Amino acid sequence: MGFLDRIFREPRWGVHPDDHKRPAADAPLRILPPPARLYLPLHQHVGGAARPVVLVGQKVLKGELLAAAQGNISAPIHAPVSGVVSAIGEVTAPHASGLSFAAITVESDFEGRWIDTDPVADPFALAPEEIARRTALAGVVGLGGATFPAAVKFALGKRLAVSTLIVNGGECEPYLSSDDRIMRDSADQVVDGARIVMHAIGAREALVGIEDNKPEAIAAMRIAAAAYPEVKICPVPARYPMGSDKQLIQTLTGKEVPADARAAEVGVLVHNVSTCAAVHKAIRLGQPLVERIVTINGGAVAHPGNIFAPLGTLVDELLAFTGLLAPPARLILGGPMMGTPLLHGKVPLVKGASGILAFSAQEAVIPEAGPCIRCGNCTRACPMGLLPLEMAARIRVGELDGAVDFMLSDCISCGCCAYVCPSHIPLVQYFSHAKGELAGRERAKLRSDAAKRLIDARVVRLEREAREKSAAAARRKAERAAAKAKAEAEAVNATAATTTAEGEPA
Amino acid sequence: MSHAIGIPVTAPHTTTTNSAGRVMATVMAALLPATLFGFWLYGWPAIFLWLITVGSAALGEAFCLRLMGRQAAPALLDGSAVLTGWLLALTLPPWAPWWIGAFGGLFATVLGKQVFGGLGQNLFNPAMVARVALLISFPVVMTAWVAPLPIHSAAAPGPIVGLLITLKGMPPGLDAVASASLLGFAKTEMSRGLDLLQSLPQAPAQLWYGSRPGSLGETAAWLIAAGGVAMMFLRIITWHIPFAMLAGIAVPAAIFHAVDPARYLDAGTHLMSGAAMLGAFFIATDYVTSPNTPKGQLIFGAGCGLLTWVIRTWAGYPEGVAFAVLLMNAVTPIIDAYVKPRIYGRDRKGAALEPGN
Repeated sequence: MGFLDRIFREPRWGVHPDDHKRPAADAPLRILPPPARLYLPLHQHVGGAARPVVLVGQKVLKGELLAAAQGNISAPIHAPVSGVVSAIGEVTAPHASGLSFAAITVESDFEGRWIDTDPVADPFALAPEEIARRTALAGVVGLGGATFPAAVKFALGKRLAVSTLIVNGGECEPYLSSDDRIMRDSADQVVDGARIVMHAIGAREALVGIEDNKPEAIAAMRIAAAAYPEVKICPVPARYPMGSDKQLIQTLTGKEVPADARAAEVGVLVHNVSTCAAVHKAIRLGQPLVERIVTINGGAVAHPGNIFAPLGTLVDELLAFTGLLAPPARLILGGPMMGTPLLHGKVPLVKGASGILAFSAQEAVIPEAGPCIRCGNCTRACPMGLLPLEMAARIRVGELDGAVDFMLSDCISCGCCAYVCPSHIPLVQYFSHAKGELAGRERAKLRSDAAKRLIDARVVRLEREAREKSAAAARRKAERAAAKAKAEAEAVNATAATTTAEGEPA
Repeated sequence: MSHAIGIPVTAPHTTTTNSAGRVMATVMAALLPATLFGFWLYGWPAIFLWLITVGSAALGEAFCLRLMGRQAAPALLDGSAVLTGWLLALTLPPWAPWWIGAFGGLFATVLGKQVFGGLGQNLFNPAMVARVALLISFPVVMTAWVAPLPIHSAAAPGPIVGLLITLKGMPPGLDAVASASLLGFAKTEMSRGLDLLQSLPQAPAQLWYGSRPGSLGETAAWLIAAGGVAMMFLRIITWHIPFAMLAGIAVPAAIFHAVDPARYLDAGTHLMSGAAMLGAFFIATDYVTSPNTPKGQLIFGAGCGLLTWVIRTWAGYPEGVAFAVLLMNAVTPIIDAYVKPRIYGRDRKGAALEPGN
């Protein structure tokens, strides 16, 4: 891209961190020998946790269903190796808290025997609903990190008559190159997957947005898409957070997703390149999502690169495979801008894990925070057009409503503001704190509203009961009176009968 | 590897290598050529006054921090107090006595900055607060300018005499020419009934490269502007405030000069005189006391420029940058409250966009 292009096409938002993508991105893909034991959390996606359908001791084949989807938004989990279910219990979650959550442990028999798959030769002959059904059964979720079940998004796209599929090959997070690798090595799968998704949602065109720092991926994708004019490869400026849905949609189509609305409402749907490849495998080969490419990178890694590994592999095993130069000073699941810190490496690889970063002591240093000098760098960096310094100033003094007035809810937690802050103020921490606090408040309000509703209902019920009681009492009284009157009348009649002639009707 | 790694911290896990200290250091580097030129032009007394002003500003900062029981060193190392003193020194008459620098420096950081809560908390530009305090308290000393006497010239005071000038005032018999700045001269002559067409030919010598009576920042206007442009390229400041402020001075000046050249100075003279350049590039652009949106900065800059021109033209003081900046500092919170960027997915009023757009 020329100098003038840089000036005129460079978006005004965002930051340009050192990308640290090479040499890891250029290293050939390595395949991890399947480990002896794999830990498959039931909750690797947005929505309800999967429900186990296997028993401890049960033999399973590679790709066999371990846990079924539960609820409207959920995804099933499959065995990544053939072997035996050895436990269903708790493992450490890939989360900063280090808390544990439910998982199925599979002991590998090292035979790698697949289930009988059901490949589809011509997916375009299938009904869109059938593609969505097969994708859902294969457990495909958004592999860019959002982990939203792909089939649910297909249904949404179909319902809202989406015309454009955006294939997200932005991969704007520094250090990560798993999407880059899949585009370089398996461009045909990505393009085929994208075309299947287009069919599933009824889109007329697919725009593949790839940051211009990945020329090899752009070239490979152009070759793969050459035969399909409806799939357009669109290089976009390398600028974080270009891989964020809203920013990529704006860059590629000029459309803005309205606040509080979904992308599908402006006629576009975004799927990650790795998700498209997973859809290709799910439909064409009938293989559920049981493996993925994960970038292992960072200053503490001896041989950084991309690894094709079964889901459920422990982070420690991945790091042992690539080798470590030193004990990592920080371990991150995902990228450095939005990733989750891990307390240790005894955490399984999950569907949404595009990278594991092991930082050296030098990389892990975050300088101490200083006072805000109001330089405004955060406002220039914010891709949403927010004023991070004003929100932080209010949150700092506990004035959360003030931050809400500055549209805190529109913050996408991309971290641009905290990245550029010369005073190293942990702005994202402020916003996460405030969002959590506000969510807590909202829950408390819902609770008190519910309690209020119950109290009101009780009052109404008591009134109604009292009313009914008195009505019943009145009725009984009336009945008694009527009965008494009747009895009296009968007595009178009886007396009369004895005195008058026979044949009178009673 | 089973040991726990550090404490959990939220993303981002990487950060810029930029820092507040680096920002301040860059600004100082941008000021350096202009300052050295001023030293050359006014010699040793100017150097001593600069040292005293900067030292007093740092002292005031350290004193307040110690008083609050905080470590003084980290705050001093960010350079903001030194920069405040430096900017103030550039607006003083170069041969002013030591107590002007000392009082000004202390006033700037103690009353201009630390009483508000330190870095980032002050409403007004500390250097301009101190300058206005000095100007109102000591109007005679603060408007006593000398003609340039380059440091290499025979008549220039050496280090010892220079120190004496700063400490004890101008010794009798020294061959220094008391003079007036151009803006002051024009105002004085106008008040005596001489219009600009008559008075300007007699004005003190104004050489294009800045050899003219005035403060260090006034004489080095070209170097100040160059430093400011360099800061824009280094992305320390944006073009909005300097452009708007210079336009705010130049546009009314050009219009009124065209209408009545006998009463109104031309735009070029306005831009190159007084603290116009220093104000536009280094004073009004102070992060803490200026709005933080581009549109707000345009309004702020234009206000600074217009007020400067109004004060210079019709008010009692010959120069108005300090007053103009302080007045606009006062409305900065209001500008920030009303001028906000449009948020993605929302219109200017903050309502969600229609999906059809």
